[in-house]
Amino acid sequence: MNRNYELMFIVRPDMVDEDLNKLISTLESSVTSAGGTTKTEVWGKRRLAYRVGRFNDGIFVLMLIDGIGAVVHELERRLRVTEPVIKFLTVRTDEELKRLDKIKKIRDSKKKASAAPAATAVSVTATTEAGTETSAPSPV
Amino acid sequence: MAEETKAPTAHAGSSGGESRPERSGGDRPERSGPRGPRPAGGPGGSREGGRKYFRRKKVCKFCVEKIEAVNYKDVRLLAQFVAESGKITPRRLTGVCMPHQRRLSRAIKQARNIALLPFAGRAQ
Repeated sequence: MNRNYELMFIVRPDMVDEDLNKLISTLESSVTSAGGTTKTEVWGKRRLAYRVGRFNDGIFVLMLIDGIGAVVHELERRLRVTEPVIKFLTVRTDEELKRLDKIKKIRDSKKKASAAPAATAVSVTATTEAGTETSAPSPV
Repeated sequence: MAEETKAPTAHAGSSGGESRPERSGGDRPERSGPRGPRPAGGPGGSREGGRKYFRRKKVCKFCVEKIEAVNYKDVRLLAQFVAESGKITPRRLTGVCMPHQRRLSRAIKQARNIALLPFAGRAQ
C-alpha cells in the first residue's frame, strides 16, 4: 500500500551544487527502483534556528515521496551514512491529505448549496413583493 | 531566503513580549487577532475592580481564516504562536481552539526538529 511522505533534509552549506544533485538523484533512484515516485524541491540556503554541530545555516531539500514504508527506511539509512547531511525529518502526510480533501469537498458542496438557496430566496422575495404590490391596490 | 530574513526582523520589531499582542491586534482590527489585549487572558477579576477595558472575545485564528493545513514548513504562521523564549503560547492567551492547538503544537515540534524554529530562545 502506497503512502505519502515528506522527507526534509539539511545538508551542510558548503556543499557544491554538483554533489547535491548527485545525492538527490541517487536518493530518487532508490525510491523509483522500489516502485515509488518522488518530487524534489531544493529550498536553498537558509539560516538554522539553532546551531547544529558547527553550522549556522544549511541547504534545505524537501522530497515528496509516494511509496511504501520500506522506501523511507532505506532513504533514512542512506541519509544517516551520508556525511554532508546534518539533519533530516520524515513526516507521513497521506492521512492529512485525505482529511484536507474531505474538508475541501464539504466546503465546496456547502458553497454550492448556499449559492442555490440564496438564488431561490431572492426570487421568492421578489415574487412576494410583486404579489403584495398587485394585491394591495385591489382592496382599495 | 526572503522568508528567513523577514522573520527575525519581525521579532526584533516587537522587542518586548508585551508589545507583540498589541501589534498583532493593531495590524488587523477587524478580526480580533490571535492575541487579544493582555488583560483578556487574566483571571476574571475585571468586574470587581470596575476597570474600563473592554474584554474582546477571543476567536481561533485558524477557524476564522479557515486555515486547515497547519504544516511544519510554514514558519511564518507558526512563529505567531511561539513566544519570544521559543515556548508554544498557551491557548488561553491566543484563543486557538483545541483541535487546532493540537495540530499547531505538533507542527511546531516538528519544525523545531528540523531547525526551522528554535527549541529555546530566539532564532539566531
